[in-house]
Amino acid sequence: MKFQDFICRKALIANLEATTTRGVLEEMVAALVKAGKLSESMHKGVLDTLTSREKKATTGFGNGVAIPHVKHKAVTELIGVVARSSAGVDFAALDGKPVYIFFLLLSPPDKPAEHLKAMENIFRNAQKEHWRRFLQQADSAEAIWELLVEADEEAIV
Amino acid sequence: MTIINRQGMHARPAMQIVEISNRFKSGIKIRKGSMVVDAKSIMQVMTLEAVQGTVLVFEAEGADAGEALNALAQVVAEKFQED
Repeated sequence: MKFQDFICRKALIANLEATTTRGVLEEMVAALVKAGKLSESMHKGVLDTLTSREKKATTGFGNGVAIPHVKHKAVTELIGVVARSSAGVDFAALDGKPVYIFFLLLSPPDKPAEHLKAMENIFRNAQKEHWRRFLQQADSAEAIWELLVEADEEAIV
Repeated sequence: MTIINRQGMHARPAMQIVEISNRFKSGIKIRKGSMVVDAKSIMQVMTLEAVQGTVLVFEAEGADAGEALNALAQVVAEKFQED
Protein backbone atom coordinates (compact mmCIF):
# COMPACT_ATOMS: atom_id res chain seq x y z
CA MET A 1 0.00 0.00 0.00
CA LYS A 2 1.19 3.50 -0.84
CA PHE A 3 0.93 6.71 1.18
CA GLN A 4 -1.00 8.18 -1.72
CA ASP A 5 -3.68 5.53 -1.18
CA PHE A 6 -4.63 6.69 2.30
CA ILE A 7 -2.96 9.96 3.28
CA CYS A 8 -5.25 12.97 2.88
CA ARG A 9 -3.22 15.54 1.01
CA LYS A 10 -5.53 18.41 1.91
CA ALA A 11 -5.13 17.78 5.63
CA LEU A 12 -1.30 17.76 5.85
CA ILE A 13 0.11 20.03 8.55
CA ALA A 14 3.62 21.39 8.13
CA ASN A 15 3.69 23.52 11.25
CA LEU A 16 1.74 22.15 14.18
CA GLU A 17 0.87 24.74 16.75
CA ALA A 18 0.00 22.23 19.46
CA THR A 19 2.49 21.43 22.20
CA THR A 20 0.62 18.63 23.99
CA THR A 21 -0.57 15.13 23.09
CA ARG A 22 -4.24 16.09 23.16
CA GLY A 23 -3.48 19.29 21.24
CA VAL A 24 -1.68 17.44 18.44
CA LEU A 25 -4.50 14.91 18.07
CA GLU A 26 -7.06 17.71 18.10
CA GLU A 27 -5.26 19.70 15.42
CA MET A 28 -4.86 16.66 13.17
CA VAL A 29 -8.49 15.51 13.52
CA ALA A 30 -9.66 19.07 12.90
CA ALA A 31 -7.61 19.14 9.68
CA LEU A 32 -9.34 15.94 8.52
CA VAL A 33 -12.74 17.43 9.27
CA LYS A 34 -11.83 20.59 7.39
CA ALA A 35 -10.63 18.53 4.43
CA GLY A 36 -13.99 16.76 4.36
CA LYS A 37 -12.59 13.34 5.34
CA LEU A 38 -14.44 13.22 8.64
CA SER A 39 -17.85 14.61 9.40
CA GLU A 40 -18.27 17.19 12.12
CA SER A 41 -20.37 14.70 14.09
CA MET A 42 -17.49 12.20 14.19
CA HIS A 43 -14.99 14.77 15.39
CA LYS A 44 -15.33 14.30 19.12
CA GLY A 45 -15.78 10.53 19.09
CA VAL A 46 -12.64 9.98 17.02
CA LEU A 47 -10.64 12.43 19.10
CA ASP A 48 -11.68 10.80 22.38
CA THR A 49 -10.83 7.33 21.08
CA LEU A 50 -7.39 8.52 19.95
CA THR A 51 -6.75 10.22 23.27
CA SER A 52 -7.68 7.20 25.36
CA ARG A 53 -5.53 5.01 23.10
CA GLU A 54 -2.53 7.23 23.81
CA LYS A 55 -3.24 7.09 27.54
CA LYS A 56 -3.20 3.30 27.48
CA ALA A 57 0.10 3.14 25.64
CA THR A 58 1.97 5.80 23.75
CA THR A 59 2.36 5.52 19.99
CA GLY A 60 5.52 7.59 20.21
CA PHE A 61 7.60 4.66 19.01
CA GLY A 62 10.92 6.51 19.04
CA ASN A 63 13.26 8.46 16.74
CA GLY A 64 10.98 11.50 16.81
CA VAL A 65 8.06 9.65 15.22
CA ALA A 66 4.58 8.95 16.60
CA ILE A 67 1.87 6.93 14.91
CA PRO A 68 -1.41 7.60 16.70
CA HIS A 69 -4.03 5.23 15.34
CA VAL A 70 -7.39 3.70 16.14
CA LYS A 71 -10.01 1.52 14.59
CA HIS A 72 -13.31 3.33 14.67
CA LYS A 73 -16.69 2.01 13.60
CA ALA A 74 -17.72 5.34 12.06
CA VAL A 75 -14.79 5.10 9.64
CA THR A 76 -15.43 3.22 6.39
CA GLU A 77 -12.08 3.58 4.65
CA LEU A 78 -8.48 4.10 5.77
CA ILE A 79 -7.84 7.74 6.56
CA GLY A 80 -4.36 9.03 7.24
CA VAL A 81 -2.71 12.36 7.72
CA VAL A 82 0.84 13.53 8.43
CA ALA A 83 1.85 16.46 10.60
CA ARG A 84 5.15 17.96 11.54
CA SER A 85 6.15 20.02 14.55
CA SER A 86 9.24 22.16 14.13
CA ALA A 87 9.76 22.49 17.89
CA GLY A 88 8.94 18.90 18.81
CA VAL A 89 6.26 17.70 21.22
CA ASP A 90 6.54 15.74 24.46
CA PHE A 91 4.40 12.76 23.42
CA ALA A 92 5.63 10.39 26.17
CA ALA A 93 7.64 8.57 23.51
CA LEU A 94 9.23 5.22 24.34
CA ASP A 95 12.72 6.69 24.01
CA GLY A 96 11.78 9.82 25.97
CA LYS A 97 12.64 12.09 23.04
CA PRO A 98 10.42 14.81 21.55
CA VAL A 99 8.25 13.87 18.58
CA TYR A 100 8.53 15.87 15.35
CA ILE A 101 6.59 13.74 12.89
CA PHE A 102 3.09 12.35 13.38
CA PHE A 103 1.34 9.80 11.20
CA LEU A 104 -2.30 9.56 12.24
CA LEU A 105 -4.25 6.57 10.96
CA LEU A 106 -7.95 5.81 11.29
CA SER A 107 -9.12 2.39 10.17
CA PRO A 108 -12.46 0.61 9.85
CA PRO A 109 -12.62 -2.20 12.46
CA ASP A 110 -13.59 -4.83 9.90
CA LYS A 111 -10.52 -4.43 7.67
CA PRO A 112 -7.54 -5.55 9.78
CA ALA A 113 -5.43 -6.50 6.75
CA GLU A 114 -5.75 -3.02 5.24
CA HIS A 115 -4.81 -1.51 8.58
CA LEU A 116 -1.68 -3.67 8.82
CA LYS A 117 -0.69 -2.80 5.25
CA ALA A 118 -0.86 0.91 5.98
CA MET A 119 1.04 0.43 9.24
CA GLU A 120 3.70 -1.61 7.46
CA ASN A 121 4.20 1.23 5.02
CA ILE A 122 4.49 3.85 7.76
CA PHE A 123 6.88 1.82 9.92
CA ARG A 124 9.04 0.74 6.99
CA ASN A 125 9.58 4.29 5.82
CA ALA A 126 9.91 5.72 9.33
CA GLN A 127 13.01 3.56 9.77
CA LYS A 128 14.87 5.46 7.05
CA GLU A 129 16.95 8.02 8.83
CA HIS A 130 17.47 10.33 5.86
CA TRP A 131 13.78 10.33 5.01
CA ARG A 132 12.85 11.14 8.61
CA ARG A 133 15.33 13.99 8.59
CA PHE A 134 13.86 15.48 5.41
CA LEU A 135 10.36 15.11 6.80
CA GLN A 136 11.40 16.83 10.01
CA GLN A 137 12.62 19.76 7.90
CA ALA A 138 9.63 19.88 5.56
CA ASP A 139 8.14 23.28 6.24
CA SER A 140 5.23 23.18 3.80
CA ALA A 141 2.42 20.75 3.10
CA GLU A 142 3.74 20.49 -0.45
CA ALA A 143 7.19 19.44 0.81
CA ILE A 144 5.63 16.75 3.00
CA TRP A 145 3.57 15.46 0.09
CA GLU A 146 6.64 15.28 -2.15
CA LEU A 147 8.43 13.14 0.45
CA LEU A 148 5.45 10.81 0.67
CA VAL A 149 5.34 10.45 -3.11
CA GLU A 150 9.08 9.86 -3.17
CA ALA A 151 8.73 7.06 -0.60
CA ASP A 152 5.93 5.51 -2.71
CA GLU A 153 8.11 5.58 -5.80
CA GLU A 154 11.08 4.04 -4.01
CA ALA A 155 8.86 1.15 -2.97
CA ILE A 156 8.04 0.38 -6.59
CA VAL A 157 11.68 0.10 -7.69
CA MET B 1 3.88 -20.05 15.06
CA THR B 2 0.67 -18.96 13.40
CA ILE B 3 -0.98 -15.68 14.24
CA ILE B 4 -4.54 -16.68 15.12
CA ASN B 5 -6.22 -13.59 16.55
CA ARG B 6 -8.64 -11.91 14.20
CA GLN B 7 -7.03 -8.47 14.07
CA GLY B 8 -3.58 -9.92 13.37
CA MET B 9 -0.39 -8.56 14.88
CA HIS B 10 -1.30 -4.87 15.13
CA ALA B 11 0.47 -2.41 17.40
CA ARG B 12 -0.62 -3.70 20.79
CA PRO B 13 0.29 -7.36 20.17
CA ALA B 14 3.50 -6.24 18.47
CA MET B 15 4.41 -4.25 21.58
CA GLN B 16 3.78 -7.37 23.68
CA ILE B 17 6.19 -9.31 21.49
CA VAL B 18 8.80 -6.55 21.82
CA GLU B 19 8.36 -6.23 25.58
CA ILE B 20 8.63 -9.97 26.17
CA SER B 21 11.66 -10.22 23.88
CA ASN B 22 13.42 -7.43 25.73
CA ARG B 23 13.11 -9.32 29.01
CA PHE B 24 15.61 -11.84 27.68
CA LYS B 25 19.31 -11.56 26.98
CA SER B 26 19.14 -13.78 23.90
CA GLY B 27 19.03 -12.26 20.46
CA ILE B 28 15.60 -12.96 18.99
CA LYS B 29 14.63 -12.80 15.36
CA ILE B 30 11.31 -13.23 13.62
CA ARG B 31 11.20 -14.64 10.14
CA LYS B 32 8.34 -14.34 7.64
CA GLY B 33 9.28 -15.99 4.38
CA SER B 34 12.55 -14.39 3.33
CA MET B 35 12.06 -11.42 5.65
CA VAL B 36 13.88 -11.27 9.00
CA VAL B 37 13.33 -8.70 11.74
CA ASP B 38 14.66 -8.03 15.23
CA ALA B 39 11.97 -9.03 17.75
CA LYS B 40 13.22 -6.34 20.16
CA SER B 41 12.45 -3.47 17.76
CA ILE B 42 8.85 -2.26 17.46
CA MET B 43 9.75 -0.38 14.28
CA GLN B 44 10.84 -3.65 12.68
CA VAL B 45 8.18 -5.94 14.12
CA MET B 46 5.41 -3.71 12.73
CA THR B 47 6.72 -4.22 9.21
CA LEU B 48 5.85 -7.95 9.32
CA GLU B 49 2.27 -7.19 8.29
CA ALA B 50 1.21 -10.35 10.08
CA VAL B 51 -2.50 -10.77 9.43
CA GLN B 52 -4.52 -13.63 10.86
CA GLY B 53 -3.13 -16.88 9.47
CA THR B 54 0.42 -15.60 8.94
CA VAL B 55 3.15 -18.06 9.90
CA LEU B 56 6.07 -16.51 11.75
CA VAL B 57 9.26 -18.35 12.70
CA PHE B 58 10.83 -17.18 15.96
CA GLU B 59 14.55 -17.80 16.43
CA ALA B 60 16.43 -17.14 19.65
CA GLU B 61 20.10 -17.46 20.36
CA GLY B 62 21.60 -17.24 23.83
CA ALA B 63 21.52 -18.71 27.32
CA ASP B 64 17.81 -18.00 27.88
CA ALA B 65 16.69 -18.79 24.33
CA GLY B 66 14.39 -21.64 25.38
CA GLU B 67 12.59 -19.59 27.98
CA ALA B 68 12.20 -16.70 25.56
CA LEU B 69 10.64 -18.88 22.88
CA ASN B 70 8.26 -20.44 25.40
CA ALA B 71 7.08 -17.03 26.57
CA LEU B 72 6.58 -15.83 22.99
CA ALA B 73 4.76 -19.01 21.95
CA GLN B 74 2.42 -18.58 24.89
CA VAL B 75 1.39 -15.02 24.10
CA VAL B 76 0.77 -15.87 20.44
CA ALA B 77 -1.28 -18.94 21.38
CA GLU B 78 -3.31 -16.86 23.83
CA LYS B 79 -4.21 -14.53 20.93
CA PHE B 80 -2.60 -11.63 22.81
CA GLN B 81 -5.67 -11.71 25.07
CA GLU B 82 -7.89 -10.74 22.15
CA ASP B 83 -10.95 -12.24 20.38
